[in-house]
Amino acid sequence: MAPVSADSAGDLAHEVLRALANTDQILSTEAFPKVPFETLKAALDRLSSRSMVVYEQIERQEAVLEPEAEQIVQHGSHEARVFEAVHKALGGLSIQDLETTIGDKNVTKVGQGKAFREKWIKKEDNKLVALVDSIEDVTRSQLRFIQETKSHDPKIIADLKKRKLLNTAKVISFKVSKGPKFALEIVKEETDLTADMLATGSWKTANFKPYNFKALGGHQVAGALHPLNKMRHEFRQIFFETGFTEMPTNQYIESGFWNFDALFVPQQHPARDLQDTFYISDPKTAGRPGPTSADDKQNYDEYFENVKQVHENGKYGSIGYRYPWAEEELVLRTHTTSVSAAMLYKLAAQKGPDGRVPPVRYFSIDRVFRNEAVDATHLCEFHQVEGVIADYGLTLGGLMEFFETFFAKMGLTDLKFKPAFNPYTEPSMELFSYHKGLKKLVEIGNSGMFRPEMLEAMGLPKDLRVYGFGLSLERPTMIKYAISNIRELLGHQVDLNFIERNAAVRLDKD
Amino acid sequence: MPTISVDKYKLYEALGRKFTTAEFEDLCFEFGIELDEDTEDQERPIVNGEQEPPQLKIEIPANRYDMLCFEGIALNLNIFLGRTKPPNFRVVEPKDGLLQTITVSPEVAKVRPYVAGAILRNITFTKDRYESFIALQDKLHQNLARQRTLVSIGTHDLDTIKGPFTYEALPPKDFKFVPLNQTQELTGETLMTFYENDRHLGRYLHIIRDAPVYPLILDSNRVICSLPPIINGDHSKITLNTTNVFIEITATDLTKLEIVTDMMVTMFSEYCAEPFTVEPVKIISDHNNQTRITPHLRPRVTHAEVDYLNSCTGLSESRESLCQLLSKMAYVARPSDKDANLLEVAIPPTRADVLHQADIMEDVAVCYGFNRLPRSSPNRSATVAAPLPINKLSDIVRIEAAMAGWSEVMPLTLCSHDENFAWLNRKDDGNTVVKLANPKTLEYQVVRTSLLPGLVKTIRENKSHSLPIKIFEAADVVFKDPHAERRARNERHFAAAWCGKSSGFEVVHGLLDRLMLMLRTNFVVGSDGSPDVKPDGYWIEELNEDTFFHGHAAAVWLRLGGKEQRIGEFGILHPSVLEKFDLRFPVSTLEINLEVFL
Repeated sequence: MAPVSADSAGDLAHEVLRALANTDQILSTEAFPKVPFETLKAALDRLSSRSMVVYEQIERQEAVLEPEAEQIVQHGSHEARVFEAVHKALGGLSIQDLETTIGDKNVTKVGQGKAFREKWIKKEDNKLVALVDSIEDVTRSQLRFIQETKSHDPKIIADLKKRKLLNTAKVISFKVSKGPKFALEIVKEETDLTADMLATGSWKTANFKPYNFKALGGHQVAGALHPLNKMRHEFRQIFFETGFTEMPTNQYIESGFWNFDALFVPQQHPARDLQDTFYISDPKTAGRPGPTSADDKQNYDEYFENVKQVHENGKYGSIGYRYPWAEEELVLRTHTTSVSAAMLYKLAAQKGPDGRVPPVRYFSIDRVFRNEAVDATHLCEFHQVEGVIADYGLTLGGLMEFFETFFAKMGLTDLKFKPAFNPYTEPSMELFSYHKGLKKLVEIGNSGMFRPEMLEAMGLPKDLRVYGFGLSLERPTMIKYAISNIRELLGHQVDLNFIERNAAVRLDKD
Repeated sequence: MPTISVDKYKLYEALGRKFTTAEFEDLCFEFGIELDEDTEDQERPIVNGEQEPPQLKIEIPANRYDMLCFEGIALNLNIFLGRTKPPNFRVVEPKDGLLQTITVSPEVAKVRPYVAGAILRNITFTKDRYESFIALQDKLHQNLARQRTLVSIGTHDLDTIKGPFTYEALPPKDFKFVPLNQTQELTGETLMTFYENDRHLGRYLHIIRDAPVYPLILDSNRVICSLPPIINGDHSKITLNTTNVFIEITATDLTKLEIVTDMMVTMFSEYCAEPFTVEPVKIISDHNNQTRITPHLRPRVTHAEVDYLNSCTGLSESRESLCQLLSKMAYVARPSDKDANLLEVAIPPTRADVLHQADIMEDVAVCYGFNRLPRSSPNRSATVAAPLPINKLSDIVRIEAAMAGWSEVMPLTLCSHDENFAWLNRKDDGNTVVKLANPKTLEYQVVRTSLLPGLVKTIRENKSHSLPIKIFEAADVVFKDPHAERRARNERHFAAAWCGKSSGFEVVHGLLDRLMLMLRTNFVVGSDGSPDVKPDGYWIEELNEDTFFHGHAAAVWLRLGGKEQRIGEFGILHPSVLEKFDLRFPVSTLEINLEVFL
């Protein structure tokens, strides 16, 4: 509210108080007919917020005279004016003289017709003469009544409206009466406690304006984290709580070797089709797997040869896929399992305190790429949540037990496990959970124990078993925030207001 | 995963009982297939005045080629339910001992080297069986045979042709025949033109089109039975009345050839007068040592270790009960006489998916019931958790940026070449960006080398948002790296963009200062200190790059352990950049490499 209008409202407010001093009630139309509606309302609101007055807003339809009607009230109706002129002139008036006398062509024309119809005048030898001595100007008296009272018999109003002499308008007025704290002076009300008040002690006597508890508070200039990353944080937290180390998945470009071959995915597998995988045109070819640092002493050539053999001829108790295997080019990784494979190969060279390969738990949450047509549920990139547990004597029931713990932290219970197929895990198992909203089992992830063909080729001991599991980050986030189009979550088409306003994830709560 | 449609009530009849949808769903779930759809309550198409009977659409795992037809699904479920024993598939030679033969010409090595054959004798087709027979060929062609590139199947009415057969390869001009369901004779050449725009066959022509010779199966009267992998001849086509079916299968891959042959004959030998028997065909192919009799249908006998089966599944079943369990998955298993820890497992020719005892172990778990398996603790060993250092660092920066009032966005990693270069007034030197070979959409041509395109596109898409817009991203960009094994490496960047009625230049500058403060990096002036003892820290220098408005851009420099490097830049985007990205308000950006702070 601008200070100027507050001041004028202040003066007006005092006037309202004075007007009420000796009466219980005033009508704004009577007491302040000239004050514009908005100004008056501001003053009344100010007074009523302090309980000094109470007011009621009255809306009614008012008849307002058109300019022509104003003229009639002043001079009489057209026909009356014609009659008066004719009546005054002895021996009648010619039409031309009538017009000169009245001085208004339109009034003369309309009034003449009417006066004829009323049989007040007649034409005699080209002159107009009066037929009666006096007339009653009904229109004029009706309009005069309306001018004074702003109303009349609805039938008359309607008739006059039809004759375009009247218009009706909505008029708002106020019925104002004294409030419980009525006084002639407005006590100054403070809106806020200030440092000055504390310094001067004026807060002790100051009057504080009541706070509006129905309104929202002030706007915060807040930063915000992306909802998908908030979900990522929750998952990461659960992984840390359960002893998982994060894998270096900051490697989007992969060789066909790590993305597929090392995982025992045959080269004719549909997943390796151009339809599904982004291949790279520049750079053109991948390097062979080799040491990643100076102290990396693993025999990568032997590993490469093992992978080739297990595909082509079979090895490690497997008959293999029996096809001619070839070195493959670069791809945008289709899953983060490529990194899991590289990590597991590195693990094969490690030794724990007992001289054996140590048990490990690895996880990652990072971007993967699929050459899919983009639609509401598919994007070319999304985030994969991946976990790997390597240990001795693991059983399939242990993996189920792990999932019960892991998903309970997200509030998901009553898991169901379905046998499934995946080229690099055997057994493979899909995870389902009952979704209360959708009222059905929904798939929440994929898992299994990595195949011996994959692990033994790396040189991992035969009795070290490795669980692997994966889920998407987008799917639970879309369910959490009730998003049906993935493009509203990931990518540049996301609404910033959505990012700024979405609540914390808190997977353990609902 | 392939989805197979089967007649609901005929399947229930084959399984000997009715199921509610929920019951059947449970059975599928237990077995490891998935009921996708039950069309009972849907509007079903009306063909020839009859409404299609209710169908079950069942999703089959990609490696179960023995379940790609009604017969296979019914058989495997019946065995699983214990209603039938695994069939004993047999090869039966004709009484006179004279096998049909296919003689392979060495010429076929140039185009499609391998062939196998089989005969189904005295088969009885019904409409359903016939349609299923055709549909299985189609499913095998699509899946295992990779759109007929690896394997293709031809089936013929043996009573219309006469062996011995030959598998030859002839120049396309040198032969002609009437293709299936056609009336005119076509040569190999004209056939290619004839089918060019055929919706169904057009997509297979490329497999042999440019070969100097085309593969052909011929009978002893030089009747062309088929031109694999395109089409059969009309002469030998099978009908509902066919009783003796000659199956020839050609391939470029021997393993898949054998699997496809086994599937075709095992699935439909059920309908032969003597069920589950197949008449073999002799392949004469001395030039590549592939002379053999196909199919052999002998189960593959292997060993499975009892302690392995038990310990992976967490069970402690006896050898006998493990064998019992395995019979539900069509294995014939028995305890080994030689080793108390071994089972002798006969894998039927239908189970081509079994490669290792791990597959047998999974089937033990399926037969026992996944959800009934004994639980054990997954926490056998204690492990210590740790975050990836670069993620920990970028999370610190992300949180600080958000606390400073900036909102996080997550645009895509892939973008167009123009967005990454030309639109930012940057040049592609050929040594920087990774390019995609086969994107389905032009939007995705390269892997970004800068976070800027995603940020400015996000601003562009948020025109209705109140100003100023303050956004940031901490994520990876990718650079070519000839020394790396994958010839490329990721680099973690932080970038922010301001868009408002004024440029916001000093705001992004302030954000840089704030982040540096949080990363314990002091602001130093470039020339501070003597040359020997220059303090570590960051400074900025005016930058003239076309991405930015001239005179309003700075390079960010870092000296760490005496090593000086440019880690990024900030500035007001050049108006020509704004125009290309369709931005109407000034934008200032900041982008720095975070890896240097590790």
